[in-house]
Amino acid sequence: MDKPSIGIVGAGRLGTALARGLSGAGYEVAIINSRGVDSLSLQLSILMPGVRAMALPEMTGWADVIILAIPLPRYKEIDPVLLNGKIVIDAMNYWPPVDGKLPEFDAYSGSSSELVARNLPGARVIKTFNSVAYGELEEQALPSGTPNRRAIPLAGDDNEVKNIASMLIDAIGFEPVDLGGLAYGVLFQPDTELFNARLTKSQIINLVHKN
Amino acid sequence: MEIGVYSFGDVQRERADRLGPTSDAIINLLEAIKHADKMGVDFFGVGEHHTEYFPASSPSTIIAAAASITKRIKLGSAVSVLSTDDPVRVFQQFSTANIISGGRVEYIAGRGSSTESFPLFGYDLKDYDELYNEKLDLLLRLNLLDKNEDFSWTGKFRPSIENAKIVPQGDVPLKIWLATGGNPSSSINAGIRGLPIAYAIIGGHLSRFKPVVDLYRAAAYQQGPEGYMPEVSIAVPGFVADDAKDAKDTFWRHWHWTMATLGKVRGFSAPTREHFDYEANGDGALFVGGPDEMVERIVNAHELFGITRIFFQMDVGQMPHDRFLHAIELLGREVKPRVNKRIAELKKNG
Repeated sequence: MDKPSIGIVGAGRLGTALARGLSGAGYEVAIINSRGVDSLSLQLSILMPGVRAMALPEMTGWADVIILAIPLPRYKEIDPVLLNGKIVIDAMNYWPPVDGKLPEFDAYSGSSSELVARNLPGARVIKTFNSVAYGELEEQALPSGTPNRRAIPLAGDDNEVKNIASMLIDAIGFEPVDLGGLAYGVLFQPDTELFNARLTKSQIINLVHKN
Repeated sequence: MEIGVYSFGDVQRERADRLGPTSDAIINLLEAIKHADKMGVDFFGVGEHHTEYFPASSPSTIIAAAASITKRIKLGSAVSVLSTDDPVRVFQQFSTANIISGGRVEYIAGRGSSTESFPLFGYDLKDYDELYNEKLDLLLRLNLLDKNEDFSWTGKFRPSIENAKIVPQGDVPLKIWLATGGNPSSSINAGIRGLPIAYAIIGGHLSRFKPVVDLYRAAAYQQGPEGYMPEVSIAVPGFVADDAKDAKDTFWRHWHWTMATLGKVRGFSAPTREHFDYEANGDGALFVGGPDEMVERIVNAHELFGITRIFFQMDVGQMPHDRFLHAIELLGREVKPRVNKRIAELKKNG
C-alpha cells in the first residue's frame, strides 16, 4: 500500500492533530465527528485545509485505514459491520476520570484495545497514537531519519497492519516502536511509564526489557 | 490590554510530607486579591477546584468577599464548573456579587477540565457536552431577563421553572465568557453564540493555538450574532520575580509538583526541566521571568492573538505566599504599565 487513504473518526483535538499531520505528510485524509459533515466545514477550512469531511458509511468504504480518535465510551456508537475487514487504528484510552467508568473495561486486565477488537469482529485492530499528547504531535514532529526522534509505540497482531501503522507514525514525524501483539498495548496505556513519555526508540526498548 | 491573575487557592507546604490547611489557602487568596487591587492589577479570577491542594470550591463566595474589600479590580470565576452546578443558583450568586462590587464581576463558564465535581454532585461524565450546553443556554437567558420579568423554562438536566422571579438583578448584565482548553468545537460554540472566549493554555507554544483562535473569530463573523465583535483572552501559568533566573528556578519547583499531580488524572506526564525551559521562554505558554521578559512576551501574545486580557496562574504547587504577593506587585506596578505603553507605541507606529 503506497499511500493509504486515511479516515479519522473524531474531530476533537487528537483527530484534528492527526488529520493535519497526515495531510501535511501527503496523505489523503477524510474526517468525521458525531455532529455530521455539515458541522465540519468551518473547522476544516481553518484547521485542516486539504482534509475533507465524509460521513462514516462512505468513509469506511473509501478509507484504507480508519483511526478511532474519539472518547472510548463512544466507540460503541459505531456500527461494527462498517469496520469488518478494515484496518483500524485504536487511538483511544480508557480514562475514567475524564470519560467515566466502563464496567467492561474495569473488569478486563488486558489492553483496552483487545476489548475494542473483540467488539469489532473482523476489524484488523492496531493500537497506536493513543499515548502522545495532541499538542506534542505537532510540536515534536521531526523528519524521517532524524536521530533520536521521539518514538511512538504500537502494538498489534497483524504484521501488514503494523507496517502500515509504522509508515504513518514515521510520516507524521516520529519513530515507530513495535512492542508486539495487541496484548502488549498494556505497556503504553494511561498510568504506565511509556504513556505520554518523551522517549526515543532505544529508551523505550530499554525500559520495556528492564521490566 | 488587561493584565490579570487567577488562582484555584493554593495551600502552603507545612512539611516535606504534609500539605498545609485549606483554610489558610482561602485567607491567603483573599489577601492576594486585595493586594492585586492595590497594585493596579486589572482582573482576578477564582477557579473552582475540589482538592486538598486547590481548595477554592466556591468561587462566588470568594468573589463576593473580595468585592467588598476591593475598589477597582475586576473579579470573576476562572472557571466555574457550570456543568455540575445549578444555573439559577450560579446566576443568583454572581449577580449578588456583581451588585456588591459595583458592577466589577464577570463569569467565565467552564465544563470541567478537572472532573472531581461530577461524582461529587452526582453527574455522569457521559453527559459532559449536553449538560454544559443546556446549562449555558439557561444561564445566558437568565442574564438577559428584563427587570421583574416572569421566567419559565424546561430542559433535561434541571427541574422546570414556571413563572419565577429571578433576583437580584443588577443594572447591567453579567459579562459571561466561555472557557476552553483548545478543542475546536468549543471555539466554534463560543463564536456561534457570540460569547467572549478565554483560552486556558497550560503548555506548549502559543503559536499552536493561533488556528483555533482564528476558528473562533471565523465562527463569530460567519455564524455569530449580527454585529458581534469577537473578544479573546488567554489564561496561562506564569510567575514574575525581580531576577529572571530566580523566577524560573522558583516556579519550576512548584510547577513540577502541580503537573506531576494533575498529570496522573489528566493524562500528561510530569515535565522535565528541559521541557519546562523550552516552554518558559520565547513563544512558550509559561510566562515565567523577570519584568523585562514578561513585558516582551505579553506584547508578543497581544500581537499574535489580538487579546484584550492575559491572566496568570502564579500560585501553584504550594508557592510561598510572600513570593506570590511580590509577583502580584511586580505584575501590577512594573509589567502592566510597560506593556500598555509598548502596545500604545506599536499602535501609533503601525
